[in-house]
Amino acid sequence: MNLAFFGVQLLNGLQYGLLLFLIASGLTLIFGIMGIINLAHGAMYMIGAYLVYDLTLRLGNFWLAIVVAVPIAVALGLIIERLFLDTLYKRDHLYQVLLTFGLILVINEVQRIIWGGDVHSVAVPSPFDTSLQLTSNLQYSVYRLFLMGVCLALAAVIYWVIRHTRLGIIIRAGAVDRDMVEGLGINVRTLFTLIFSAGVALTAFAGMIAAPLSTIAPGMGDSILITCFVVVVIGGIGSIKGAFWGAILIGMAETFGSVLIPSLASMVIYLIMAAVLLVKPRGLFA
Amino acid sequence: MLHRYPRRVAIIMLALTLCVAVFPLWGPAVFGDQVDFIQEKLTLMVILALFTMSLDLLVGIVGLVSLGHALFFGVGAYTLALASPEYSAASLWWMLPLVIAVAAITAFVVGLLVIRTKGIFFIMSTLAFGQMFFYLISTSQFAGGTDGLFIMFRPSVTFGETTLLDLSNPQTFFYFCLGLLIVGYLFMRWLTRSYFGQVLDGIHDNEHRMQALGYATSGYKLVAFVIAGVLAAIAGMLAAMQYGFANPVQLGWHTSGEVLMMLILGGIGTIFGPILGAFAYEILLYVYEHLTVHWPILMGLTIIASVLVLPRGIAGLIIAPPWNRKKTPVAKEQAAESVIPPNSIQHNEG
Repeated sequence: MNLAFFGVQLLNGLQYGLLLFLIASGLTLIFGIMGIINLAHGAMYMIGAYLVYDLTLRLGNFWLAIVVAVPIAVALGLIIERLFLDTLYKRDHLYQVLLTFGLILVINEVQRIIWGGDVHSVAVPSPFDTSLQLTSNLQYSVYRLFLMGVCLALAAVIYWVIRHTRLGIIIRAGAVDRDMVEGLGINVRTLFTLIFSAGVALTAFAGMIAAPLSTIAPGMGDSILITCFVVVVIGGIGSIKGAFWGAILIGMAETFGSVLIPSLASMVIYLIMAAVLLVKPRGLFA
Repeated sequence: MLHRYPRRVAIIMLALTLCVAVFPLWGPAVFGDQVDFIQEKLTLMVILALFTMSLDLLVGIVGLVSLGHALFFGVGAYTLALASPEYSAASLWWMLPLVIAVAAITAFVVGLLVIRTKGIFFIMSTLAFGQMFFYLISTSQFAGGTDGLFIMFRPSVTFGETTLLDLSNPQTFFYFCLGLLIVGYLFMRWLTRSYFGQVLDGIHDNEHRMQALGYATSGYKLVAFVIAGVLAAIAGMLAAMQYGFANPVQLGWHTSGEVLMMLILGGIGTIFGPILGAFAYEILLYVYEHLTVHWPILMGLTIIASVLVLPRGIAGLIIAPPWNRKKTPVAKEQAAESVIPPNSIQHNEG
């Protein structure tokens, strides 16, 4: 492995890690603040990818497709929150697990009805459909760099909102003591709807911008969901910072794992998780 | 929480057991030439009932929501598949202890790690460990990869030269599974009413209080985790015998989700409920699959509905029917859920 190849893998790992962060941050927001464990999170990632595939075909433009798809994802989040989650806030996690598991079955099957069981792909959109020449025989996709930039920017926005805005203060306070925040005259009900929609939108958006780099297939959300769970367990639940570093760590581990030790690649992230649990059962940043 | 039930519970369960047990008598008259198929389904339901019951020990009795219980189901199946000789039958006399030992060791190691976590962390880490085994098995050459392994012969049960049970006979195998389910049920009842079970119950209600009383709660939870794992592995072994193969799908997280659904459908923490849940789930599945190819939608909606409308499952309906809910102990228990319940442990200590 020469230096240039190593550099490419490093970038790939970083890019994958940042994408994972985008998905895991939604999961973390929804859990950390609302106390809801959302198994259907991965399914929303898949829906994002399929939406953008479908709309790109219809509208003929990837960017336009994203502009149309994001509001659809937000609306979907709103509907799910209002229809199903309302009764679950005070209930045991068991019921949240089951209800969202039921949602997975429904969403996966609806996807099958609308888009079928075939594997699809989306072309890398212009102006990013070129590659950067690294060395004489190594290139790097510009779209991947763009993706990294978008993820980093969003991570910065999330951090800024939670740390430095009034909304962020309310969100953090709501995570600590819901009743107290309600007592201060803030409509927690609306806040929760907002956060859930934002969480769903984040993961669906991740699915959308990842679509040109991934194969769009049924069940693609299930595997990403479990990877995200590993990220969250490693980082510490409810911690955005933990989600960020957990995602980078897992992104790197999976990328380098599949290059260096292919036979163990699918296990690497679980081994890391087991090691973290052994040392810090509450996660690295909890 | 699970000490006294109305008498109708015993009556209903006995009647249902009898109905299932004498299936060979009435089955052919009702199902005609489909009877073999139905008996196969029935055997599977009995096996899944055992599996679901083992999960109830964790979720219902101790309050540990595991989303990776299929791991142990798979351990049972794969231990049988890997340890069976290729061209002859293994002996159940050493296969059963082997499955139990492998499952106990696996559950002990996994348990040591996951017991350290609480609540939602426990859910996620059990899920992740389940997936770890899923990937381990489905990428391993020795375990047949994603194709899984075939089991050509069911284990033999012989004493000297005489065959005690011919498990390759579907009817004998059906009764064998039913027998194990009944033994499992009696074991679980004994366990939950024992001192050990009462401590678990206390941990479920308030772990901090139990710790303050001087109980090493992690140890109790770990033992419960191992017992549940062993029971699930026995069910997995039976399932592999029934199917004739062990497949990675059996230990994937969808299986873990399904068994959790059977549990909630039947009613958690009741031991008899999971049995009803496994049967109800499989019957629903059968009906839905015949109605439409898009049966997962119906199944998904059924789960959502049962979570929203029937949180105590079918068992809850039997224990406290909607028409006399006020007088039953369950209603009282629900009302008292937020208050610390009276300490039932200390009475048994003296």
